[in-house]
Amino acid sequence: MEYLSSLILIAVGAAIINNFVLHYFVGVCPFIGVSRRVDMAFGMGCAVTFVITIAAFLSWVFTAFVLQPGAPLTAWVWQTFSPASDVTVDLSILNYIVYIFVIASSVQFVEMYLRKFFPPLYKSFGVYLPLITTNCAILFACLMIMKYVSGVTGPEAWDLGKALTLAIFGGVGFTIAIVMMAGIREELDHCDVPVPMRGAGITLIVAGILAMAFMGFTGVDRALANLMK
Amino acid sequence: MAQQDGPTPLERFINGILPENPVYRQLLGMCPTLAVTNGMKAAMTMSAAVAFVLICANIVTSLIRGLLKPHLRILVFTLTIATFVTIADRFLAAYMYQMSKQLGPYVPLIIVNCIIICRCEVCASKQPVFTAASDAVGQSLGFALALASIATVREILGSGTWFGLRVLPEMWPDWVIMVLPPGAFLTLGLLLGTANWIGSLRAKGSQTSQEG
Repeated sequence: MEYLSSLILIAVGAAIINNFVLHYFVGVCPFIGVSRRVDMAFGMGCAVTFVITIAAFLSWVFTAFVLQPGAPLTAWVWQTFSPASDVTVDLSILNYIVYIFVIASSVQFVEMYLRKFFPPLYKSFGVYLPLITTNCAILFACLMIMKYVSGVTGPEAWDLGKALTLAIFGGVGFTIAIVMMAGIREELDHCDVPVPMRGAGITLIVAGILAMAFMGFTGVDRALANLMK
Repeated sequence: MAQQDGPTPLERFINGILPENPVYRQLLGMCPTLAVTNGMKAAMTMSAAVAFVLICANIVTSLIRGLLKPHLRILVFTLTIATFVTIADRFLAAYMYQMSKQLGPYVPLIIVNCIIICRCEVCASKQPVFTAASDAVGQSLGFALALASIATVREILGSGTWFGLRVLPEMWPDWVIMVLPPGAFLTLGLLLGTANWIGSLRAKGSQTSQEG
């Protein structure tokens, strides 16, 4: 029960309270670039959620077993080669390189898999899939997971369930934000916006107002935690 | 040969600062632009880190441009950038611990900053070292300028200070919203509109002067 409520808190926190786009500003580039039509925005959101989940899974596995200080796999390899030493091997300097490699290769892999087995889905994702490699939201999710796994011991260290919850609901939060934005922008096409503000300018202002609305969720997590006690 | 089919190094340097400003003109690198501009100190540290990574990555990419395979180039760019970002991150953590805590995940997020990948792709993978380096310096100055303009507005209105120094009187009611996320979006939106407006005025001015 306690575990379930912590999962719910992570989910609500990632999707709504600390929305990836409107609170942490990650993934702003597609948020502005691909939010012209609702269906495109929804496709982008789904693609991001999909990739973010795979990348989070892989990065959790790598962080927990290879990269973090005293990780089991690294320690085992080290012990095999020099049984006498009692040094804790710390590969966390390789974190960023491994994450970006994981993201780039999982995007590549997802693309090949979809093209082979789900051609209609692949067609609907179109050019967005390769673009996702440079989407900050995915690397950001990996870094958040790293923060709660690497070097943290005891019950506070995140297990795979928490990491995946954060990733999936972070992606859901991104989808919510970009679909709302696309809906507003479809209506904006009928408005008389001052010429210099057209395009990115008015989009950013609308995003600011959306962010203000999302600030209203601050404190919901504490209330939820009290409710579930 | 490469110099004939493109702008000279000096032109590239100047282009990066205003005419092709990465933030206002190309809309690249939005996430650090929005995230770290609630104070001048954070903004300047961030732009210094981006400048370091951009210049080093451009030089290295330019040096290895003969070896690049077309289908692997993006991967090579990101791995090069990730290496330099790790260096910058460790440096910040060692010598400016408070600042590194404050910038948090946004330092490693430089890896996926579109400005750097874009410059590697557009310029450094085709040009000799000196051209690539001057392009990188210009672009990072432009980025620093954009960050400074946003941070100035947000810090002065949001906390009444600039670089931590008091500029507005104590009675100024701090506009807390300016240092919170919505303020970032609003400030950048308004500044972008202003930049477009000035640009269109200048274009109109040069048109009439040509006609007259």
